[in-house]
Amino acid sequence: MFAFLANPARFMAFSAWAAPILFAGALILFATGIPWALFYSPPDYQMGDTVRIMYVHVPAAWWSMGAYAFLAGASFVSLVWRHVLADVAARAAAPVGAVFAAICLITGSLWGAPTWGTWWEWDGRMTSMLVLFITYLGYIALWNAIEDEERAARLAAILCLVGAINLPIVKFSVDWWSTLHQPASIMRSGGSAINGEMLGPLLTMGGAYLLLFGALTLMNMRAAIFRRRVQSAELRKAQS
Amino acid sequence: MSALGVTFKRELALLWAGGGALAPLGYFFGTAMLVPLAMGPDRALLQTAGPPLVWIAAALAMLAMLERLFQSDLEDGSLEQMLLSPTPLEGIVIAKACALWVAIGLPLALAGAPVAIALQAPVERVPLIVLSLALGTAAFTGVGVIGAAVTASVKRGGVLLALIVLPMFAPPIIFGASVASGEDVGAALSILAGCALAAIALGPIAAAAALRLQAE
Repeated sequence: MFAFLANPARFMAFSAWAAPILFAGALILFATGIPWALFYSPPDYQMGDTVRIMYVHVPAAWWSMGAYAFLAGASFVSLVWRHVLADVAARAAAPVGAVFAAICLITGSLWGAPTWGTWWEWDGRMTSMLVLFITYLGYIALWNAIEDEERAARLAAILCLVGAINLPIVKFSVDWWSTLHQPASIMRSGGSAINGEMLGPLLTMGGAYLLLFGALTLMNMRAAIFRRRVQSAELRKAQS
Repeated sequence: MSALGVTFKRELALLWAGGGALAPLGYFFGTAMLVPLAMGPDRALLQTAGPPLVWIAAALAMLAMLERLFQSDLEDGSLEQMLLSPTPLEGIVIAKACALWVAIGLPLALAGAPVAIALQAPVERVPLIVLSLALGTAAFTGVGVIGAAVTASVKRGGVLLALIVLPMFAPPIIFGASVASGEDVGAALSILAGCALAAIALGPIAAAAALRLQAE
């Protein structure tokens, strides 16, 4: 599929359909997931209604890491096969991932205040997540700072692969250092530890975030390609 | 003489001609001086919070030296000569990093002794702090060359360089500060040495890949 889409013209034809479909899917999942999570799912026996922050916080955390893994994959493809669309994809996904990371940090802080009694704790998970957010900012800033797009893409790809060292640290930080943040409860050996009535809305919200990520990334990519076409058309006009 | 030796000597000479470690040492002392002014001279507070702040000051002083590391090579064409040489660029980057560590990192580590004492570190811990700073500045140099290489063509890229490099400074800072405050000193020193070795071994590979693009 990726080889098929590697042709920019085919990609534009595909994404013209795919982006709105993904966006509509995200809207549908949000429309079911948000009421389900906020009103029709059970409150936690300890945390009460504050547990509902989880449905915003956890999917944002998942897909901010997922987005960085996508970024790293696209960067690898860009460096090895020197493919233009991989550069465009990496650049398009970065702001979405950065916003997800910011949502994760902000909602985590809001959740920590009533349940842990502190807005912020310098433990492994929070620190590594903050590092991930700053890595996103550095990546985006490097892209913007270098004018030659091709060179900017390669340099950003190198930086992205270096920063990928942090991903396993974020994922396993709760297992390595046991502190305030709870350990993994969805994907763990011995089965999920979360109540089934909470898992439903959580996975719905997870799907909604994923589709939103896909839709926004595709729209960003289309915008970047259109911008490039306009630039080359202007160059041609200036030459003639 | 081998290309590595020549690069090392040239880099040392350039750093020396540019004032050597004088400016970064002054920066180091100046930052450390602001710490007690900001926290208040309360001795009990300084004893717990002061020694780890030696590390912040040292990290900032190293960071300030990174911006020009490859920029001048890119501007005056030395980078192209380095690419033409049969010695791999990775080796040349390691030689430059070693020169930076010898000229700046080691003096900073030694200057850590008076700064740590001024920030109320117990005197018997000062040799350990100096040792940990020597390892830490090596780790800073190793990850710093990556940031210096990707931002080499950016004019006034100092802030961008800091944004890129500061998160990578996190592991050495964590374990270095643990040595400075006297917790699990043996384990922290081992991990710090591991950080330094990994950074010096892997950083130049990424930096050389970036420098090849910069010279294109």
